[in-house]
Amino acid sequence: MAEVLVLVDHVDGAVRKPTLELLTLARRIGDPVAVHLGPGAETAAPVLAEHGAVKVLAADAPEFTDYLVVPKVDALQAAAAATSPAAVLVASSAEGKEVAARLALRLGSGIITDATDVTAGDDGPVATQSAFAAAFTTRSRVSRGVPVITVKPNSAPVEPAPAAGTVEPLAVTFGELATGTKVVARTPRQSTGRPELTEAAIVVSGGRGVNGAENFSVIEALADSLGAAVGASRAAVDAGWYPHTNQVGQTGKSVSPQLYIANGISGAIQHRAGMQTSKTIVAVNKDAEAPIFDLVDYGVVGDLFQVVPQLTEEITARKG
Amino acid sequence: MSLRIVVAVKYVPDATGDRHFADDLTTDRDAVDGLLSELDEYAVEQALQIAESAEGAEITVLTVGPEDAKDALRKALSMGADKAIHVEDDALHGTDVIGTSLVLAKAIEHAGYDLVVTGMASTDGTAGVVPALLAERLGIPQVTLLSEVAVAGGKVTGRRDGDAASEQLEASLPALVSVTDQSGEARYPSFKGIMAAKKKPVEALDLSDLGIDGAEVGLVGAWSAVQDATARPPRTAGTIVKDEGEGGKQLAAYLAEQKFI
Repeated sequence: MAEVLVLVDHVDGAVRKPTLELLTLARRIGDPVAVHLGPGAETAAPVLAEHGAVKVLAADAPEFTDYLVVPKVDALQAAAAATSPAAVLVASSAEGKEVAARLALRLGSGIITDATDVTAGDDGPVATQSAFAAAFTTRSRVSRGVPVITVKPNSAPVEPAPAAGTVEPLAVTFGELATGTKVVARTPRQSTGRPELTEAAIVVSGGRGVNGAENFSVIEALADSLGAAVGASRAAVDAGWYPHTNQVGQTGKSVSPQLYIANGISGAIQHRAGMQTSKTIVAVNKDAEAPIFDLVDYGVVGDLFQVVPQLTEEITARKG
Repeated sequence: MSLRIVVAVKYVPDATGDRHFADDLTTDRDAVDGLLSELDEYAVEQALQIAESAEGAEITVLTVGPEDAKDALRKALSMGADKAIHVEDDALHGTDVIGTSLVLAKAIEHAGYDLVVTGMASTDGTAGVVPALLAERLGIPQVTLLSEVAVAGGKVTGRRDGDAASEQLEASLPALVSVTDQSGEARYPSFKGIMAAKKKPVEALDLSDLGIDGAEVGLVGAWSAVQDATARPPRTAGTIVKDEGEGGKQLAAYLAEQKFI
């Protein structure tokens, strides 16, 4: 079977969940070969092997952390030259999409971004995408070169599928452009202890109705009772009540959890674009006419400051 | 010192409209009114601020699109850009991101540049990869997804707020910058700006002016193809209850029934 390259998204060898989802999808097309760039390949290799990587191509150099995007493109290009892959899969993070795009151009290949599913087809992999604020679902394929596909988190299950996962060094020669954009300082985000927004099984969001940064504690308490991530609408972010990294919507994250709980969110197109592919949608809003109620599986018309704390209390009680 | 800034913008169907695909699975541009992509307004704004803090800066706003795409250019000119380039050609219909980046790159080279500024993504295609593709094609540093940007002493600096970390970036000119919707509200065109925009030059180019073969772009030249598009089925109507004091408990019961608790 042909090999399928999977770019590993990791922090010092701690593999992030979307990469394991990519391995599930890669196995549908061929033999997954993981490409691990930066420190920690020995830590990552057993995890990658456990989820189906037949091989782990590893390269470590200061360029991967000190310069933006291009060093990783150089490395993936080298990996593609070494393997002649049937496809290249990359997680749909901001950086992942940029790396994928530049790689595609260098390989003379088409690119598909933000896929929500990838299956094997007669003429190569077929990718499913959401379009126009998730009003449409499209199926596309790359018609030239090696398909380069970026896949959104939560698009496939994580499945154990033990394989060899042999670590092999990947030789990378950096081009002139690799050191073009220097990362002069990096401030890691403080961990909230909550799941990543795009990876979470449950997302609890607050909007204009939360009416103040201090009131977001009500939303956070509900999220914590469910082990959920916290999201915010653009209105809440623009008002400065919650950080932009938590924004759900067209210009923020797009999430597709098992359960989405919208609190004090009207459900404008800007927000719907980021959440309407969620499996189950629940809303609390005092306005019975709010468009969010057109999307819900279950809605409560009422004051979120009454309903949400009661819900949190009930969940905590039921979980005992 | 002069500073030649090119801002690449897109004319898109209004995201608040009922957007559809046309029969050939390209974006239906007739069904919904078009406008300058909201996310590109931030690019125009940052270009204007950079120009205001530089000596002898000149802003060219560039778009690739049908006749109506001129509206997007007029908006950017009325905000304060100096001149515009409109690339229009029937062969462009159905062009993918790879082809779009080819045409934009050729037009940027035609214009001459020290700095290229773009938004973070279009509001219709939303891929967000054209800035990286442009940097690759032009062979210049990409300083992308910035929430803060400054240009001084032949260098671009900026802050990129990622999920895991916030990064401070630096690159030498010429360079490409993309800015997010966190970079600062875009200004509204003034009446004076709207009047002045009518007299600003708009250079019209077609593919032959840029030395591009029509077969490299459009649906025929695309390196990816949409096979089918299906409207998302409307969600089945859910249960709506009015809180009479037990709303939270009712909701908890529903979540328990759905096995979320």
